[in-house]
Amino acid sequence: MIPAEFDYTRPSSLDEALGALRDGGEDAKLLAGGHSLVPLMKLRLAAPTLLVDLRDVPGLGGIQRENGHWKIGAMTRHVELQNEDELGLLQRVATLIADQQVRNRGTIGGSLAHGDSASDLPTVLVAAEGSVTATGANGPREITAADLFQDYLTTALDPVEVLTEVRIPALEGYGWGYRKFTRRAEDWAMVGVVALVKKGADGSCEDVRVAFTNMGSTPLRASATEAALRGGGLDAASIAAASEQAAEGTSPPADRNASADYKRHLARVLTKQALTDAAGL
Amino acid sequence: MSLVEQSHAAGGHVGRSLRRKEDPRLITGRATYVDDMTLPGMLHAVLVRSPEAHAKIVSIDKSAAEARDDVVAVFTGEDLADLASALPCAWAPEGVELRQVEHWPLARGEVKHVGDPVAVVLCEDRGRAFDAAEDVFVEYEPLPAVVDARASLQEGSPLVHESLGTNESHVWSLGGGDLEGGFAKADVIVERTVENHRVSGAPIEPRGLVADYRAGHLTIHTSTQVPHFVRLFLGLMLGMSEERIRVVAPEVGGGFGAKLQMTGEEALLAWVSRKLQRPVKWIETRSEHMAVCHHGRAQTAECKMGVTNDGKITAFHVEITQDLGAYLMLLTPTIPSLGAFVMNGVYDMPAVQTDIRGAYTNTCATDAIRGAGRPEATHLIEVMMDQVAAELGMDRLELRRKNFIPKENFPAETAIGIVYDSGDYHASLDKLLTHVDIAEVEASKAALREKGILRGIGFSTYTEICGLAPSRITGPAGFGLQTGLWESAIVRVTVTGAVTVYTGTSPHGQGHETTMAQVVADQLGVDPENVEILHGDTGTGAMGLGTYGSRSTAVGTESISRAAEKVAKKVREIVAHTLEASADDIVVQDGKFVVKGSPDKGMALADVAGMAHVRPELLPEGMEPALEETSFYDPANFVFPFGAHACIVDVEEDTGKVKVVRHIAVDDCGPAINPMLIDGQVHGGIAQAIGQALYEHVAYDEDGQLVTGTFVDYALPTAAELPSFETDRTETPSPVNTLGVKGIGEAGTIAATPAVLNAVVDALRPTGVTYLNMPLFPERIWRAMTDAKGGAA
Amino acid sequence: MGTTTKVAVAVTVNGQRRSLEVEPRTLLVHLVRDDLGLTGTHVGCDTGNCGACTLHVDGEAVKSCTVLAVQADGTEVTTIEGIGREGDLHPLQEAFWAKHGLQCGYCTPGMIMAAADLLERNPDPTEEEIRTGLEGNLCRCTGYHNIVKAVQEAAQHGKGVSA
Repeated sequence: MIPAEFDYTRPSSLDEALGALRDGGEDAKLLAGGHSLVPLMKLRLAAPTLLVDLRDVPGLGGIQRENGHWKIGAMTRHVELQNEDELGLLQRVATLIADQQVRNRGTIGGSLAHGDSASDLPTVLVAAEGSVTATGANGPREITAADLFQDYLTTALDPVEVLTEVRIPALEGYGWGYRKFTRRAEDWAMVGVVALVKKGADGSCEDVRVAFTNMGSTPLRASATEAALRGGGLDAASIAAASEQAAEGTSPPADRNASADYKRHLARVLTKQALTDAAGL
Repeated sequence: MSLVEQSHAAGGHVGRSLRRKEDPRLITGRATYVDDMTLPGMLHAVLVRSPEAHAKIVSIDKSAAEARDDVVAVFTGEDLADLASALPCAWAPEGVELRQVEHWPLARGEVKHVGDPVAVVLCEDRGRAFDAAEDVFVEYEPLPAVVDARASLQEGSPLVHESLGTNESHVWSLGGGDLEGGFAKADVIVERTVENHRVSGAPIEPRGLVADYRAGHLTIHTSTQVPHFVRLFLGLMLGMSEERIRVVAPEVGGGFGAKLQMTGEEALLAWVSRKLQRPVKWIETRSEHMAVCHHGRAQTAECKMGVTNDGKITAFHVEITQDLGAYLMLLTPTIPSLGAFVMNGVYDMPAVQTDIRGAYTNTCATDAIRGAGRPEATHLIEVMMDQVAAELGMDRLELRRKNFIPKENFPAETAIGIVYDSGDYHASLDKLLTHVDIAEVEASKAALREKGILRGIGFSTYTEICGLAPSRITGPAGFGLQTGLWESAIVRVTVTGAVTVYTGTSPHGQGHETTMAQVVADQLGVDPENVEILHGDTGTGAMGLGTYGSRSTAVGTESISRAAEKVAKKVREIVAHTLEASADDIVVQDGKFVVKGSPDKGMALADVAGMAHVRPELLPEGMEPALEETSFYDPANFVFPFGAHACIVDVEEDTGKVKVVRHIAVDDCGPAINPMLIDGQVHGGIAQAIGQALYEHVAYDEDGQLVTGTFVDYALPTAAELPSFETDRTETPSPVNTLGVKGIGEAGTIAATPAVLNAVVDALRPTGVTYLNMPLFPERIWRAMTDAKGGAA
Repeated sequence: MGTTTKVAVAVTVNGQRRSLEVEPRTLLVHLVRDDLGLTGTHVGCDTGNCGACTLHVDGEAVKSCTVLAVQADGTEVTTIEGIGREGDLHPLQEAFWAKHGLQCGYCTPGMIMAAADLLERNPDPTEEEIRTGLEGNLCRCTGYHNIVKAVQEAAQHGKGVSA
């Protein structure tokens, strides 16, 4: 399969990129690794008229630790996350994205900007309560994870705006777990669960975050489960009880591999597993 | 892990695990598959296909597409009105009413399934051909569609072909023995509905072809398993005399039955090339492959088995509804019948009967996919054996052993009237059990359950019918195929003693260039390196019927061996004449034809060939010059490989997800020509069977929309899903051919699915689940466990 | 829609510098196969699942059906034809041959290129690491059994040798 025709430009600065996006009109699209966009273009489910390739725009790479956060350039590829052990949860999740060839090309910025709730990285951003920096004509602005993902494949990014940087709290003191249920190793998550747990000195649950991949049109937080655990004791029984509420408020899309009911069931099972991992039990 | 000590036949090449002669071109990227070919002036074809499952074509507006740059032509069904005949179905059995409609390469008037081709765009550039295809505007008037085969046979169902007045294509039965009497003698009768769901062959190379018509001659390079069939049918469809058509199967990237077909695209491109007087290429996209390359299996069987309390089978009745899809293609209606020939499996059944109803649906046609009818039969037989054992409270292997056809009965005529050539079923199962300790598996179950893992073990003891030939049984006077299924070969020795072999088979990955060379090398006293096997080209060498039905060794290689023996006989006569010995005393030894007992007295093949070509006057009086012989071989019977498989699975109790932990296979395909390649065939077959059981399913929604249209949704297993396999063999020669060999290309696929299903059911028994059908997707298993729990509560 | 402007691409393929103009929509796999005549890299699907089109860009395995040719501008591309040849085979090519790691051969170039990336990252992988590492490549013939064996063999004999 071959994409429909389009024009291509490779700006060498952010300003040029924004200019190209503005001039290109509503069917102009940014190109990072291309691993979300090109497959859609080949099946002609997407047909942008102009691709603005970000690869020569300076300052969009790099992984840095700063003030308790990780600052990650938008063009950072999954393989770079995979190779950075210090990233903990993010490193682990990156290794589970698709396959090595995809990880060698796909970028964190591209994945987040695509806004697919079946992708792994948006869930991490939501669970960690991170944010992204988006730069448009009026300069940079910060968009929190909670605001970024608005609907299926829909984000708060303006069409003439470039996601330039990702900020993820380093989550010192948190344990973490990620459970991804797939039919085959390389598949998209049928359901994925990120769990983050911070234990108090007495072993109680000081903070907890649980977020889902593919349980709704955006990455979702399991609020009821979090509320049930937060401030309470952390043991197998409390985790099991809290996990029973994991699917509350979710609206998983059914597909031929899994009905909504089954996905809710998986959410409960995986939440328990991810929390158990995160709590170090 | 291969558990077989690789056998080394004394001095010979047969029996040795030689590495393949095919591989150097394949591992270096230097092989030529059809998409690697470009001809000067070549056009690209893209087909416009129906998005509707069933609709009337109201109008087709191709003007916008035709107006595009680089578009040379757009053709629709009416343009092809001059085709001499429609696409073929090769089955016309006497006494069977087969209701069918004409099936054309481009739809005429109505489309019958998603993907049915409506128009073809010819363009100088492939990308622009896709662009133009989007500009062919077809107006459809949707008609009601039927997707489920059993529903299609109900009164009031929408009709796929209005003109037939029914969705039933035919009924066909095969059986023997006293069925009623058998059931009357039974103490227990077990009935189950067994599903063999629809799958795709999915070779990694999709189909494709280049057609080049020039000056009254047509050459087509097509990714096919059956170039000779394609030539025959192209001649009939285009109204061309066959000698002007050459069909070449270049390097073919896997077939699995998907390329055992005379396809509409082949006929269409040949027609287009003749019309436009230019070469034309069409390469199937994967999405097209999933939608329009014939599917397989797609059958539901109502199975009823009668047994006595002590475990003797008294009768077996199978009523199959076969989903044919929308059209009868080359072998569509015959596929379930192939299974009916071996419906008693490896068991001595006094009465067995298979009744088949073919049903049209608004889906892609079904046809042969690796195993073709026998995987379905084996699956339902072996699933029933476990169900019956459970019902009787008898050990499932004991039940099998009680009913095995005993070794001393071979050749064994079954109740159906088929004669099994050779077998030793106890030996296979005994050998299997040396590799798997059932008690240990059972003992591991409790501890695993603690961790939420349900472990199960399942078995399958099987035979299958292959070496597709004997014309007297398969042909018009027997089963009803409108062709004989013999094979032919030419063995040519050049002046320097090099050996070229032409075979009518058409290998596409099996390794026959190596195994056939091994056989000939031993017969002619040369190195396999110096035996070249040429195949897949109707323009050179031997006629033949192609590669499918595990026939290329049992029929094709036997044919080569017979031609090689004719050459060897001539060589022996020349050597005897030259050395003044008796031809009967000439033997092949250390690469020479020598006088028995005098190894220093002899001639190498090259010496004999030189004499036969350069000095024919030195040959015995009246002998023709040169060294070349042809054979045509039509065997007296099929061959019947057999064996025993065990599968061990772990099922996650929380989620229903299955992981195959071990799969152990003991297969018997007679004496091994190349053990390494046999293991390779078995590995691939097992993987495809596990794929069917656990991962793969071609699914349509109720409106007939295909929901598994890409490799995202149609889940072939990857390396990460599978374990390494454990293989072993027994070697029971077949009396049917001189090599004693049987087929092995399909055995793994035929044997393994029921072992997987039986293992999963074994794993689930503690949860109260006693029976389940494929595909064993996690949710189905989870629901079965949930329902069983609800039932028990 | 009008015809788009072609874009100049300079790419070093198997050590040789090549300059050409392509339509922006040209996929890297088509540049390699159609423009450069290196047909050892294959296309087996249209969704990036099968991995038959795997080659290396700047030393890393990518699915060339999911990369635009323009994205490869300025890179070094290595295809199956570039990692070894008859008489001078790459250890993985040798091992696939010796271990019967291929049948129809269609997935093989992509499989070998993916395996080369895997061994580059992890020269001494376990069986499980090999199986997971090749999750992006489909084979329909071998059941992967002998592919795994071949990668193990190459790891044994080809330590330190990279593509």
